[in-house]
Amino acid sequence: MRALRDFVNSFFLIELLRGLALTGRYLFKRKFTIEYPEERAPQSNRFRGLHALRRYPNGEERCIACKLCEAVCPALAITIDSAQRADGSRRTTRYEIDLFKCIYCGFCEESCPVDSIVLTRVHEYFMEKRGENIINKPELLKLGEMYEAQLAADRAMDAPYR
Amino acid sequence: MMAEIQELIWIVLKIVAIAIPLILAVAYMTYAERKVIGWIQVRRGPNRVGYLGLLQPFADVAKLLLKEVLIPTQANKTLFIVAPLLAIAPAMAAWAVMPFGAGLVLADINVGLLYILAMTSMGVYGIILAGWSSNSKYALLGAMRTGAQVVSYEIAMGFALVGVLMAARSLNLSEIVEAQAGPFWNWYWLPLLPLFIVYWISGVAETNRAPFDVAEGESEIVAGFHVEYSGTTFALFFLAEYANMILISALASVMFMGGWYSPFHGIPVIGPIFDLVPGPLWLFAKMAFFLFCYIWFRGTFPRYRYDQIMRLGWKVLIPVTVVWLIVESVMIIFKIGPWF
Repeated sequence: MRALRDFVNSFFLIELLRGLALTGRYLFKRKFTIEYPEERAPQSNRFRGLHALRRYPNGEERCIACKLCEAVCPALAITIDSAQRADGSRRTTRYEIDLFKCIYCGFCEESCPVDSIVLTRVHEYFMEKRGENIINKPELLKLGEMYEAQLAADRAMDAPYR
Repeated sequence: MMAEIQELIWIVLKIVAIAIPLILAVAYMTYAERKVIGWIQVRRGPNRVGYLGLLQPFADVAKLLLKEVLIPTQANKTLFIVAPLLAIAPAMAAWAVMPFGAGLVLADINVGLLYILAMTSMGVYGIILAGWSSNSKYALLGAMRTGAQVVSYEIAMGFALVGVLMAARSLNLSEIVEAQAGPFWNWYWLPLLPLFIVYWISGVAETNRAPFDVAEGESEIVAGFHVEYSGTTFALFFLAEYANMILISALASVMFMGGWYSPFHGIPVIGPIFDLVPGPLWLFAKMAFFLFCYIWFRGTFPRYRYDQIMRLGWKVLIPVTVVWLIVESVMIIFKIGPWF
């Protein structure tokens, strides 16, 4: 009986017509496409994009060269050298991130005791020359200055859950 | 002498008048295909080049023509170049006997249907030669599959057309259309419904379109017979495939859907109103419907396995056509309905 039903269903193209009806309905559905450069998908405040090093409001850099981020980094993308500064505090002399190695896991940000290394919302960046994939301390600090307002707002929004 | 030259110029002009719109139709068919498949997949399709992406086909053509024509070192160079020409020539030549309206036909020959069958069969040579001359295993596999598939489905297709010529008692395409004169229930799709469906399925198989596109089979043999082709030669295959699709749609409209007649032709009051629309436009509307079906099928059905294609062709379509030919003969003998 079942075999007969299957035969009728396929011989009279009923299965195929059902399939066509389904795609026919989808033809008129509202499209999901986001027209990228003009429209953007909403981003979470926890978005993990390009890195940045933040400063305190008084302009002092936050990083104290504890090297926790370097230790926690699963991709070994972070390289840090440190030395004593003239005022006696320990500071980094070198802070480099290899963007090709980085997997954007966000562990560096989570490990940072002073909220210095952070991941910004920037995800559209590119390198034009070989070697530009390694970003150094001045560049990271510049990124931090550039996005400070956004970074502070995002961290404030996330604070209750930390 | 002057008269002959004039005649020749007329014929060339008519050929141009068919070929140029055909190539434009191919261009916009590719656009329509990408749009409709996009819609089915809840995307928007191309919409960047020109208003609503309407210039996309021209961007594609420019890209293809500017690309290098690569010839593999181990390939048979002559056949490699000739193959795309063999694919495109019959696809264009078959249009010579296509009636676009009453008397609107380039060559009004009495063996039109036979000529069409001959021309559509020729197209497979291009594909087989392309596959063989590329000297690539994927191309050869694709060519073999196409060869077997086209030959199998041509039988069912031929049988379905035999039904049409039994009903119309003519091989002349214009006369076949005229035999269907009348409202839509007078057209052959109704008395010959099984043949119409078989013809359409074989037509899709004949043009190697989804779900019968094993010749290309992206997932297992990369691109089938045209893996090694690039640039202009690839563009020719593309053109041939789409020209064949449009041809099959036009044939289905002429043979089963009353060609250039409006669906209400011959009905008192509304018939003459619909007849105000010129015949060719009705034909184009019917072709557009069939072309849409092509895209719709591609957006809906997964590809048949090779043995399933063979089973469908030999064990289902051919018996169905034979049975319906017998039924049709009985209908003709007893003069059933308004058709015979």
